[in-house]
Amino acid sequence: MTVADYAFYLFAIVMLVAGVFTVVSRNPVHSVLWLIVTFLTASGLFVLLGAEFVAMLLVIVYVGAVMVLFLFVVMMLDVDFAELKAGMAKYLPFALLIGVVLLLQMGFAFGDWHSAEGAEALRRSVTPDATEVHNTAALGQLMYDDYLMLFQLAGLILLVAMIGAIVLTLRHRSDVKRQNVLKQMYRKPEESFEMKDVKPGQGL
Amino acid sequence: MVGLEHYLTVAAALFVIGIFGLFLNRKNIIIILMSIEMILLSVNINLVAFSSFLGDLTGQIFTMLVLTVAAAEAAIGLAILVSFFRNRGTIDVEDVNVMKG
Repeated sequence: MTVADYAFYLFAIVMLVAGVFTVVSRNPVHSVLWLIVTFLTASGLFVLLGAEFVAMLLVIVYVGAVMVLFLFVVMMLDVDFAELKAGMAKYLPFALLIGVVLLLQMGFAFGDWHSAEGAEALRRSVTPDATEVHNTAALGQLMYDDYLMLFQLAGLILLVAMIGAIVLTLRHRSDVKRQNVLKQMYRKPEESFEMKDVKPGQGL
Repeated sequence: MVGLEHYLTVAAALFVIGIFGLFLNRKNIIIILMSIEMILLSVNINLVAFSSFLGDLTGQIFTMLVLTVAAAEAAIGLAILVSFFRNRGTIDVEDVNVMKG
């Protein structure tokens, strides 16, 4: 076994254990932290597979953005999580049954599969030699040439998601003072202050 | 030597853990969303493993697109969750019946 093999087994075992802890842990904050471990080890697997760009994307996008979003929501909402966990024992047998059945079904397909004859010839975009073009450059050339439309559509999806999230969560609170620009602009001197002619020695 | 089968096994196991989490945490929608993220991650591992062992970069392009959609889905899901919590004061999805569906 080489070092890469040991690294694979380390990442795989840590990832699966962290995945199990994500779904069974009692505190949702711990769940989010375990999910971060899952994503970090998965990016380690991607590095082993030679997909460095996707691995770094996973770290930046998932761990850096999505998981922090989860963490914010979990900590912001004042939810009684103990009550939500109460039904867990009730669902456990059913969930285990579903899991075992699914695992068996995948196991059936597992022992007996083989690549098609012409699979090598049917490759759409063959990976260039890693010593000449590294992974990020190769992916960039492919994405901006062949998959430009999909790339643009992905950006559009993100835009729609951003607008949707803002529209869903924005609310105007009546107890907080806000700046009203138009009101400020239409303000006239005579509405704002009045001149008093103060007699000397008398005051107001 | 670690081959394609090893990666597929790990991805399948992660997929099953995700499904298991969906059924185990029927009430807590935050954990449900995290389980969905885990299922999508296992799909990504499959795509990257096939892409790597077959020598075809298209799989990694697909992985990026799946990642984009998953991020958008998480953002929208959490936004719906926040506005639901403001209206109802709970995130128990078993009594989500506002629309009588």
